[in-house]
Amino acid sequence: MAGTSRVDALGWPAAIHAALKKHDVRQVAYVPDGGHTELLQRVHADPAMTPVLLTSEQEGVGVLMGAWLGGQRGVLVMQSSGVGNCVNMLSLVRLCQLPFLALVTMRGEWGEFNPWQVPMGSATAQALQLMGIQVQRAETPGEVGAAMQAACSMAFEGGTPMAVLLAQRLIGAKEFLK
Amino acid sequence: MTAPRFQRRPAVARLLAGRRDLLVVSGLGAPTYDVAAAGDHDRNFYLWGAMGSAALVGLGLALAQPKTPVLVVTGDGEMLMGLGGLATVALCNPGNLSIVVLDNGLYGETGGQESHTSGPTDLPAVARGCGIADTRTVTSEAELAALATRLHAIGNGTLFARIPIDPAPLPRILPPRDGVYLKNRMRSALGLSPL
Repeated sequence: MAGTSRVDALGWPAAIHAALKKHDVRQVAYVPDGGHTELLQRVHADPAMTPVLLTSEQEGVGVLMGAWLGGQRGVLVMQSSGVGNCVNMLSLVRLCQLPFLALVTMRGEWGEFNPWQVPMGSATAQALQLMGIQVQRAETPGEVGAAMQAACSMAFEGGTPMAVLLAQRLIGAKEFLK
Repeated sequence: MTAPRFQRRPAVARLLAGRRDLLVVSGLGAPTYDVAAAGDHDRNFYLWGAMGSAALVGLGLALAQPKTPVLVVTGDGEMLMGLGGLATVALCNPGNLSIVVLDNGLYGETGGQESHTSGPTDLPAVARGCGIADTRTVTSEAELAALATRLHAIGNGTLFARIPIDPAPLPRILPPRDGVYLKNRMRSALGLSPL
């Protein structure tokens, strides 16, 4: 498939950025993660997007609430451990029916050296679901673009709160040992 | 306690008097009642939960509406729960955002237990340390008037102000608490459709 090979050539972070641009996402609230490095570089280089660096992930739920009140779409970019920090703030998403999109790089599920990542990593999808967020997973590079397009449509055209989890197998386990 | 303390409702009414395009986000608890007591308004978004998020909601709103002044009115307890957010605000530093903390040194909504600001914590110093250049503690009616003038305009960066207030509890003034209604009401006031 031509579209797939083009995305493969550019890489899945480019596919994420393209989906966000297509859906006019303007505010990108984030706590950095290694798996998001290229995406965040693209966001910072894109004059149509405002990156908002957070000290903790729950701040991003508030930022996206304010963005939507003011007419801008946003996305919350974080690592799986950050989902746990967000739980109470996700009340805003449900109470206000906020068109919400989160993009989560997974830790603690595939070749994870650091066991401290496992408790939250193994509960990430359930924590989101408990708060009413629909969860999609991308397991391979070729799935990322379609998953993002589908999630953006559901979030911003349908108003369904969405999270896309990027599997640790897709990103690659972090190397601790040289 | 020798420092002057303001009455919270007249102080908030003074800040909001003559409002035109100002957008207001209120933090949960008494600040939401204070903003409501000054007059319900389509451009008010009242938080009834999500404690610690008021300044961040104001930030996202200010970034999305850079030509419109945005005021966050919150309390010391709500602000304390989201102190890291002041660093996030300072990094973006929108000139159309003002954060006003009504500081009674108490968790008034839960029975009046003392907060950290009754102890050693100095919120303007925290804000300044996070990088917000214009931080103030309001100590007089003249300074309150100057703050009111400033927050209806666009400045060079974000403003953080602490207003020490009388801790006496007041009757609750309950504004709408339907989040979808409040959201779409503010969006409509900005000419935006529901979805």
